[in-house]
Amino acid sequence: MSIFIDRSTKLVVQGITGRDGSFHTKQMIEYGTNVVAGVTPGKGGQTFESRVPIFNAVADAVAATQANASVIYVPARFAADAIFEAADAGVKLVVCISEGVPVLDMTRVMPYLRERGVRLIGPNCPGAISPGKAKVGIIPGRICLEGKVGVVSRSGTLTYEVIHQLSRAGFGQSACVGIGGDPIIGTNFIDCLTAFQADAETEAIVMIGEIGGTDEQQAAEYAVAHVTKPIVGFIAGQTAPPGRRMGHAGAIISGASGTASEKMAAFERAGIGVMKRPADVVPLLQEQRVSA
Amino acid sequence: MNLHEYQARVLLKAAGIPVPDGDVATTPAEAEAIAKRLGGRVVVKAQVHAGGRGKAGGVKLAKDATEARAHAEQILGMTIKGLTVSKVLVVPAAEIASESYAGVILDRASQRPVFMVSPAGGIDIEEVAAKTPEKIMKLGVDPRYGLLPHQAMQLAFFLYSDLAQVRAAASILRQLYAAFMAAGGSLAEINPLVTTPDGKVLALDAKLSVDDNELERRPDIAALRDVKAENPAEVKARQAGLSFIKLDGTVGCCVNGAGLAMATMDLVKYYGGDPANFLDIGGSSNPDKVVTALEIITSDHNVKCILFNIFGGITRCDDVANGIVTATSRTKLPVPIVIRLTGTNEVLAVEILQKAGFSALTDMDEAVERAVALAGRAA
Repeated sequence: MSIFIDRSTKLVVQGITGRDGSFHTKQMIEYGTNVVAGVTPGKGGQTFESRVPIFNAVADAVAATQANASVIYVPARFAADAIFEAADAGVKLVVCISEGVPVLDMTRVMPYLRERGVRLIGPNCPGAISPGKAKVGIIPGRICLEGKVGVVSRSGTLTYEVIHQLSRAGFGQSACVGIGGDPIIGTNFIDCLTAFQADAETEAIVMIGEIGGTDEQQAAEYAVAHVTKPIVGFIAGQTAPPGRRMGHAGAIISGASGTASEKMAAFERAGIGVMKRPADVVPLLQEQRVSA
Repeated sequence: MNLHEYQARVLLKAAGIPVPDGDVATTPAEAEAIAKRLGGRVVVKAQVHAGGRGKAGGVKLAKDATEARAHAEQILGMTIKGLTVSKVLVVPAAEIASESYAGVILDRASQRPVFMVSPAGGIDIEEVAAKTPEKIMKLGVDPRYGLLPHQAMQLAFFLYSDLAQVRAAASILRQLYAAFMAAGGSLAEINPLVTTPDGKVLALDAKLSVDDNELERRPDIAALRDVKAENPAEVKARQAGLSFIKLDGTVGCCVNGAGLAMATMDLVKYYGGDPANFLDIGGSSNPDKVVTALEIITSDHNVKCILFNIFGGITRCDDVANGIVTATSRTKLPVPIVIRLTGTNEVLAVEILQKAGFSALTDMDEAVERAVALAGRAA
């Protein structure tokens, strides 16, 4: 098992002919993901890499291929509409990689998805990978290893760093989910903790948070009551100055709220192993009696 | 992006909000002319993207136009939190009966715009929220319907009891919401929202922050960016597509990805050093970006050592290596450099670097530890 994506995932790629879309579609196919369709308006009827049919609209793609998940690589200004389109086409999992989606767009997207029971991962995220099964997004497949650690993170390359540390020590992953660095995102830490707790294959969880907002604090409280599996966590931005946006739109300390120390304290209170640096991930898992 | 008060005033006024007369000046003579036109006592306010302007001496009351000129002379060119003041706003000194707070922010937790109003205005709203939360009313807005009239009235009744003032405030709140949405705001604030002795409700100060992601589709708002009011290195970085924030330490960091960049800064601190900056060269980086990044880092004379930390996913390590070689062949690096690369095309990258006389590490901790040691030795 794994969470959100696996061998039953039938993926439609929105923006399949774009620079990023085409590059990462090839990588996803190479990894073994079942990419059943692509969408680029005006290119319907063509074929991607002489194997994936391209459609003008997601609805057409779903009708023809029964796609059940979508990944979005379109420019940020079209991303909100691409999410609406996927939801209207009946897709139940949408992964939005695009960075730079206006936050006000997301305030309209989220209630729409909730009413239709659609899960969104992202935007501004690297997507998800279930090692050995499927990957949706841009996480490099070769750094991952099949196993039993669930990884959830707000970051991209920092996630790769931690996955790399895990794999190097023989700790494989059941699934890795990059939930995105924006202030408003579709899937949060609590959603992932819930899924990892329910997943029989996952035996331990690694949470990688950062400054800004209160998602990590809420997840820590949730973990106390609902998660029995061992968790270790990291917070990036311990040296970040207040009031400055640290690259990610959501990584900002507002007033006294959203600091790394406040989040690390919340982890500590919840019995989550607090990593001081990425290299602590393996020793802390071992401390919690998790083996490779 | 933060707008200046004088810019926010124009947008609020365009939305119909009553804002006192006044204008912006870049010279003492202009300030004097504005004060003369307004007549009577005026306030001269520094236009700078920093809080605590008043405490820093950037806001001054003048009894007439001559004094306004003198204040402007003093305030223009002064430095507040590292930023030089190049503009002042001159407004009439209002007679104030009461001061309130009204603001709308994009709330992450509820994923919608949230209004906050408080009868305790004129001071830092975070302080009010921390000490006397009962003095704040919050109300979430469904962006599909906007701020409904009855919601605006409910908020306004929290501020005033006089019905005429309640109606005036409710109208201001709806106009504030319209201005917030029209600008693609992440925060819009009137602090203070005042009543005058003759019963009028006025927006005395205005603050508007815009979501950077909105600027592409709102060129009129993007044009309000005042590059002179920002750190020059940060402006240069933004124009090159880099994300850069200057700090005070000695280890200059160049990283791909914001999360890893923060984690690298944290690790510098962990090993006893201090980061000189946050710098994210982004995803599919080309050698030119690396060249610009190096120029920016080395222009900071506090930097005693440069640290590259690259985890190649989409970013190709050989691109970064080529950028380092190109940049250093143009100008010799004034300080030592430590390079850590791992991931996509790492073998190729190491070859390129070795040929140019650099060594590269693959472990993050080892690289950071070495950079901190080198910076410490130089200091």
